[in-house]
Amino acid sequence: MYEQITRNKWRSFFLILFFLCLIFALSWAFGELTGWGTEGLIIAVVIAVAMTFGSYYASDKIVLAISRARPVKKEDYPYLYNVVEGLAIAAGLPKPRCYVIDDTAPNAFASGRNPENSVIVVTTGLLQKLNRAELEGVIAHEMSHIKNYDVLVQTLAVVMVGVVALLSDWTLRTFFWGGGRRRSRDRSGGGGNAAAIFIVVALVLAILSPLVAQLLRLAISRKREFLADANGALLTRYPPGLASALKKLSADREPLEAANKATAHLYIVNPLKDFKGKVNKLFSTHPPIEERIAALEKM
Amino acid sequence: MTGLVVVLAIIGVVIVAGIGIYNGLITLRNRADNAWAQVDVQLRRRYDLIPNLVETVKGYAKHEREVFQKVTEARAQAINAGTVGEQGQAENMLSGALKSLFAVAENYPDLKANQNFLMLQEELAGTEGKIAYARQFYNDTVMKFNTKQQVFPSNMIANMFGFKEKEYFEIEEPEAKEPVKVEF
Repeated sequence: MYEQITRNKWRSFFLILFFLCLIFALSWAFGELTGWGTEGLIIAVVIAVAMTFGSYYASDKIVLAISRARPVKKEDYPYLYNVVEGLAIAAGLPKPRCYVIDDTAPNAFASGRNPENSVIVVTTGLLQKLNRAELEGVIAHEMSHIKNYDVLVQTLAVVMVGVVALLSDWTLRTFFWGGGRRRSRDRSGGGGNAAAIFIVVALVLAILSPLVAQLLRLAISRKREFLADANGALLTRYPPGLASALKKLSADREPLEAANKATAHLYIVNPLKDFKGKVNKLFSTHPPIEERIAALEKM
Repeated sequence: MTGLVVVLAIIGVVIVAGIGIYNGLITLRNRADNAWAQVDVQLRRRYDLIPNLVETVKGYAKHEREVFQKVTEARAQAINAGTVGEQGQAENMLSGALKSLFAVAENYPDLKANQNFLMLQEELAGTEGKIAYARQFYNDTVMKFNTKQQVFPSNMIANMFGFKEKEYFEIEEPEAKEPVKVEF
């Protein structure tokens, strides 16, 4: 358990580091073409943060509204309430607010900018189909997302994707439509070959980086899912609970009506489609369920 | 001149690092103490639920005096337990008495359908879970504190200021580890 936790923490750290390197490389490219590298980077960051801040800050309220979830009263769902409260004690967190979605498709998610403003949502289908150990495993997984500040991590990744998208867009625009100080200087001055190589590298970077950025964001999302599985197992000290729940969830492939592409990454299993095949795996927010079950059974 | 500045800078860094380590040890120790107190919160919750439960069952099963007595006595003993070992043993006996109570309730279908009884049953089950989780969390915080108290370099500061290793919550008495016998 502990090894898997450490491994996934390091992997997500290095992915974010690599992401930052990509951003700096791109702003260097932008700088090469226009001479406004630093300013471009700063403006791109400001814009990307501004666009994302609202949704991060109110993340708990937004997902509740989108998903048509209703609040849970202790009298109606005492079992769920007690499980959430117990696991919050085990995690050392304040108890998240509980909500349910009326849908027979079994699924669950957690959201919120920090543990004090967090929510856990489960579908009525999940409550019906899972037994106590399995439900505890799922809630422990969600609780771990909250404890690991995964909403913040995902938002960071989305901001970085935004920065890359902006910078690459500006780079390509400037290259094709002119407007940069540096370009005219390079043309008139010497060192033509080196300048040409720079420009080619910068172009390749600008064209490919949005795709790479998305792949990085999805890779980060997958590592955080593995990390939440491992942390969840540490909370319950019972990996077979979550493993059994995942097996049941993968067998039940009914699509969840309330989910859409914007919220899909928050759910415990991909509510839209399960991606198989190596290339498809790169584009999924969640690791394949077989791999998650295998990791849990190794603990 | 520069030599003196460098030496002072190094001393300054060491002092700041030392303060950081000391404060870290204090924080971890307080977290462990808090976690221990939180276990008591859950235990108290269980003690408070029990009289309610006994009264509800008495309403339907007046003649089962023995069971009620056992539960009430076990509860009193648990509340008054002294050392950690005593408390663990008393808690185990209380769990056993409660199991007998629920086993007896099986014979009374009217009781089993009573909403209040079902609610109390679920509450007790939930509280048992929370007690376990609270103890687990206490052990987790103790692990973090003990680790910091033992690794280098914080062990130097720990020994300097008298931070002692903490004990895990463990079942000490061999009787408490045996499976609980349910007798009617």
